[in-house]
Amino acid sequence: MFLPRFLALFLASIGRSAIGLLRGAGRLTLFALETVSHLFRPPWYPVEIGQQLLRIGYFSLPVVGLTALFTGGALALQIYAGGARFNAETVVPSIVAIGIVRELGPVLGGLMVAGRVSSSIAAEIGTMRVTEQIDALTTLSTNPMKYLVLPRVLAATLTMPLLVAISDVVGVFGGFLVGVERLGFNPAAYIRNTVDFLEPSDIISSLVKAAVFGFVLALMGCFHGYHSGRGAQGVGQATTNAVVSASILILAANYLLTEAFF
Amino acid sequence: MSAAAKIELRDVWKSFDGKPVLAGVDLKVMTGESLVIIGGSGTGKSVTLKCILGILHHDRGDVLIDGVPIGRLDRRGFLRHFGMLFQGGALFDSLTVWQNVAFRRRHGRKPLPRREARDLAIEKLRRVGLGPETADLYPAELSGGMQKRVGLARAIATDPQVIFFDEPTAGLDPIMASVINDLIRELVSEMGATAITITHDMTTVRTVADHVAMLHGGKVRWAGLVGEIDTAGDPYLDQFIHGRAEGPIEAVR
Ligand SMILES: Nc1ncnc2c1ncn2[C@@H]1O[C@H](COP(=O)(O)OP(=O)(O)OP(=O)(O)O)[C@@H](O)[C@H]1O
Ligand SMILES: [Mg+2]
Repeated sequence: MFLPRFLALFLASIGRSAIGLLRGAGRLTLFALETVSHLFRPPWYPVEIGQQLLRIGYFSLPVVGLTALFTGGALALQIYAGGARFNAETVVPSIVAIGIVRELGPVLGGLMVAGRVSSSIAAEIGTMRVTEQIDALTTLSTNPMKYLVLPRVLAATLTMPLLVAISDVVGVFGGFLVGVERLGFNPAAYIRNTVDFLEPSDIISSLVKAAVFGFVLALMGCFHGYHSGRGAQGVGQATTNAVVSASILILAANYLLTEAFF
Repeated sequence: MSAAAKIELRDVWKSFDGKPVLAGVDLKVMTGESLVIIGGSGTGKSVTLKCILGILHHDRGDVLIDGVPIGRLDRRGFLRHFGMLFQGGALFDSLTVWQNVAFRRRHGRKPLPRREARDLAIEKLRRVGLGPETADLYPAELSGGMQKRVGLARAIATDPQVIFFDEPTAGLDPIMASVINDLIRELVSEMGATAITITHDMTTVRTVADHVAMLHGGKVRWAGLVGEIDTAGDPYLDQFIHGRAEGPIEAVR
């Protein structure tokens, strides 16, 4: 009596969530496609794009750089400790390089920038939504997808590879500092080891990941801000959703891309 | 057959989460005419404007512009000659006052050079009673009434053919309110614009309106010429224009 009823309710709620999830995924896909389509249709807003390049790219440099520096250092210590267990301390430079360039540089950089940029984009666009600024744009013959969304997504997609390139270098340098100062590596040998070991495909994978993460994190900020609920609470919710979903999608995309480059 | 109305609503319905706000609205505005919509707070006046613009999608009925349903309308062509003052101002807070006013000139198909756009913006600001010293401020640095007037300047910046004003005089002092009323009247009488104004201010109704429509219970309760409102004898309209607490409209629920 009780059990079948409970089961039915339980299944219904699973079904509802599944449908909700699918609907969300569908809306996000359409949103992404529309954003990309505006890349090929004028008018474009170069001033807006420039501002976003500065805001998303340039001002994220310190965060991304510091993250990479400390991670590179910690990685060097860990690998040394691990390597010492089977007398393979010399692998430190190469493993640090591969760990940073292929994995930690783009992933940690992406997550840090998601925290910084997805949230601020969602809050900004969400506020514009609830104060009717987005409607006002429409009445002023300006497509909000072109004026607000495309510049942010484009700027993030273009600047993340640059940021991650820098963060790769800084991360390897962090490993180098710890390796030379704490673990007694010869500086010239450390650098030679790193440079000889890395292959072009490592660097390409790093930069491709970065571009994808940049696209994802800006898109999630825009998507949640654009569909923000009403009032301050709606904007707060949109901001949280943007960061959480951007982070999860970055980690998921990272796995898929790693498989692809494997 | 007479020419098609500039804007016409036929039996328009709109509900939010199952709660009906518009339940069969019929409205007609001819070219060059000024319609004022009155009605209690929350009766769907702002929603009506948004349904006309397609910012909100109505559930049922027809919204026609120049006789064409908005679904098939060249919306971009329509919006090119359109201006709107939002109830909350909806100024872009990342742009300065003059950039707000000149937005369309700066982002349109043929953007004006900065200097020229700025001068035009200052001229429009003057018309709503704001001096050039406000031009370089940000909206957040203005008082509520000043923001309203910047919104108004932005709405009329390109001399649109169709203009919507959502409570243009709310929050203004009586002198400024009458300047704005005269300005709207002038836009309609001299520029030949078609205007829809929402207001709670009976002075605005009497100065600005050719026709008046009163929304109540999701429908147009009364519509007619502005000269008829005192003699119409509709109890709802009567209660509203005299602001009485007693009458068919329940004030306290
Ligand atoms: N986006 C929305 N989502 C849900 N409900 C809404 C939305 N917009 C308006 N409403 C509801 O529709 C009703 C009418 O709103 P509207 O803003 O049109 O009122 P109004 O007549 O303009 O009132 P006022 O004179 O106070 O501005 C309100 O009950 C409001 O809660
Ligand atoms: Mg309103």
